[in-house]
Amino acid sequence: MPDTALAAATTASNTSLRSFLHGLPGVDEVGARARAADLSTRSIKTSAKAQAIDLAIRMVDLTTLEGADTPGKVRALAGKAVHPDPADPSAPRVAAVCVYSDLVAVAVEALAGSGVGVASVATAFPSGRAPLEAKLVDTRRAVADGASEIDMVIDRGAFLAGDYLKVHEEIVAVKEACGSAHLKVILETGELATYDNVRRASWLAMRAGADFIKTSTGKVSPAATLPVTLVMLEAVRDFRAETGRQIGVKPAGGIRTTKDAIKNLVLVNEVAGEDWLDPEWFRLGASSLLNDLLMQRTKLTTGVYPGPDYYTLD
Amino acid sequence: MADKIFEYAPAPESRAVVSIRPEYGLFIDGEFTEPTDARITTVNPADEEELATVSVADEADVDRAITAARRAFETVWGPMAPAERGKYLFRISRIIQERARELAVLESLDNGKPIKETRDVDIPLVAAHFFYYAGWADKLAHAGLGPSPRPLGVAAQVIPWNFPLLMLAWKIAPALAAGNTVVLKPAETTPLTALLFAEICQEAELPPGVVNILTGAGGTGRALVAHPGSDKVAFTGSTEVGREIARAVAGTDKRVTLELGGKGANIVYDDAAIDQAVEGIVTGIFFNQGHVCCAGSRLLVQESVAEEVLERLKARVSRLRLGDPLDKNTDIGAINSAAQLARVRELAQVGEEEGNERWSPACELPDRGFWFAPTVFTGVTQANRVAREEIFGPVLSVLTFRTPEEAVEKANNTPYGLSAGVWTEKGSRMLWTANRLRAGVVWSNTFNKFDPASPFGGYKESGYGREGGRHGLEAYLNG
Repeated sequence: MPDTALAAATTASNTSLRSFLHGLPGVDEVGARARAADLSTRSIKTSAKAQAIDLAIRMVDLTTLEGADTPGKVRALAGKAVHPDPADPSAPRVAAVCVYSDLVAVAVEALAGSGVGVASVATAFPSGRAPLEAKLVDTRRAVADGASEIDMVIDRGAFLAGDYLKVHEEIVAVKEACGSAHLKVILETGELATYDNVRRASWLAMRAGADFIKTSTGKVSPAATLPVTLVMLEAVRDFRAETGRQIGVKPAGGIRTTKDAIKNLVLVNEVAGEDWLDPEWFRLGASSLLNDLLMQRTKLTTGVYPGPDYYTLD
Repeated sequence: MADKIFEYAPAPESRAVVSIRPEYGLFIDGEFTEPTDARITTVNPADEEELATVSVADEADVDRAITAARRAFETVWGPMAPAERGKYLFRISRIIQERARELAVLESLDNGKPIKETRDVDIPLVAAHFFYYAGWADKLAHAGLGPSPRPLGVAAQVIPWNFPLLMLAWKIAPALAAGNTVVLKPAETTPLTALLFAEICQEAELPPGVVNILTGAGGTGRALVAHPGSDKVAFTGSTEVGREIARAVAGTDKRVTLELGGKGANIVYDDAAIDQAVEGIVTGIFFNQGHVCCAGSRLLVQESVAEEVLERLKARVSRLRLGDPLDKNTDIGAINSAAQLARVRELAQVGEEEGNERWSPACELPDRGFWFAPTVFTGVTQANRVAREEIFGPVLSVLTFRTPEEAVEKANNTPYGLSAGVWTEKGSRMLWTANRLRAGVVWSNTFNKFDPASPFGGYKESGYGREGGRHGLEAYLNG
């Protein structure tokens, strides 16, 4: 791993960025998959399962990112974020609600004083294909409307073409536009082709100032696979060991069941470590997941599945 | 070792699927005999609970078993159409799959290895071996041994305790596919899955005498190997016993294969995919508590990354979960026997006395049973006993090297030659290194991967002959 002094010096040019990123240890694809598969055989039962479900609920970024979204839908989602289970007030609230930037004001109003954050996707989500000026306007508007978190997408075209400097500079610029809002950088790993690229993109984003690295937009398949999340958790672990700065991780897309969520928590626990087992450092970007978590939660306490009609549909 | 925020609750696999009889006879000619007077008690190494008593076969029992096997070979199994033999083997494979959970739980109880391994590795591989060789039964003419290869006759087989049922499969599946009949002796500390396999043979209606299982200790093994009625001796176990067997059969016309000890080198170059290399090091030495003849018990790490690799290795080893073998979240189970535990302890003690730096994670060992914490020795040189002798336990010796030449020289500087691993992202370096390693198996960016299609066996004092794959048939056929 490179040291910090070198890291600062190497942001200067595409060549130096390239030599830094390509100097990172490689990821053996077969080995990474095997490790993720091995960890997914952990058997989380009874008290551990109850603990994991509540933690997972607190980590959810409850998301709606559809062209058909309306203020009414966002308000409904906000209500659900604060009181996820209408039948059980002891269910914890989620971490944040994640919406498009034009609906941030609605979400902020609906969630005022609730403790639930408002995250906004920005920077020409989901493709990232827009001039930097437009991306910055998008970001500033969301922050001005009260978003506490910005989920930006990187320019995958530039990354894959080897224009690391462009990606880096965009992240730096968006981070600046964020002000005090937290910046999550979406790598869209489903388009990055290799785990080596996932590791490189993670480091690029972390060095450019990301507070979180996030797998996917949810619009591209595959989205958050376990090996990808494993590689990103290794990256934040190594980055903290290297720089002292802790970065969060957010898998998003394709996490639908309690089993999926628990597998993610096991990965966090055994790869990055328990310091990341907190909504401040790990989030699950999801929509349908929450209802399954709530249903399993009720099953654990009452012994019966209430059935899907007892939970609100978004 | 579990942490506070997210502590995994116990997740024990149920024992209810297994019914262990209080005492077992010998399996000769398709039936269990009355238990003999001489007995061995087999215990659960995780808590020293007595599981059952098994019979000790003497010379007369060996003679009866060999006679039964000979009769079955001459009257039924030898003359049988090869496709029919294949059917029996396929049937056995399917029953193994159907009874996989029962076999896995019983193996964990008797051996001490974690259920995660018996469930995901041992038993699936056992079924795979039988399926693989079942397919060969009617295709022997294509094995490269001539147009019409003939079986040898009766095979006397002695297997170890580290992979009890898997070693049985390695021995019995190719022997039967080739048309031989067998008398097999499981290890004295792990006889139960072999006896359950005998029941599976009955369930498959395998003709009597084709498979005979004799339990017992060293005396039974010696009697079996020395019996003049067998045509072939196959042994997996220690080099010491292997030598004894080689002497016993010298001068006879018996064919012999020996799969013996090892002191495998796991070579990590500075350009390796470090996180996966660390996984490979852990798998290499801590899989099955290091009770693996092909374990990567010597880590050879390039100087320039040694410190980083060690730091990551220690962090990773600290996450291993040691405890109840039947808990689905257990990574490290029990040492198989008191005798083996004593040997591991003794060699670890020698390691300390010779000035090697000893490290183990903070790790609570259960009060009862045979337990040894994962252990890493650093500052080891080629001259140290922990770098030369097979410990057969969860003990890793770490050495460093500077150049690829030095890595190969150190890796080959051992009387053994069973396995090695190489970790590098550079293809040319991988091939250069693999070509120079004198080991039967060289794993590239992985370790301890097994497949029935792949031949396995050693150089030098690791034995001779190959098991697995097409090569594994050669040991049971005359061309």
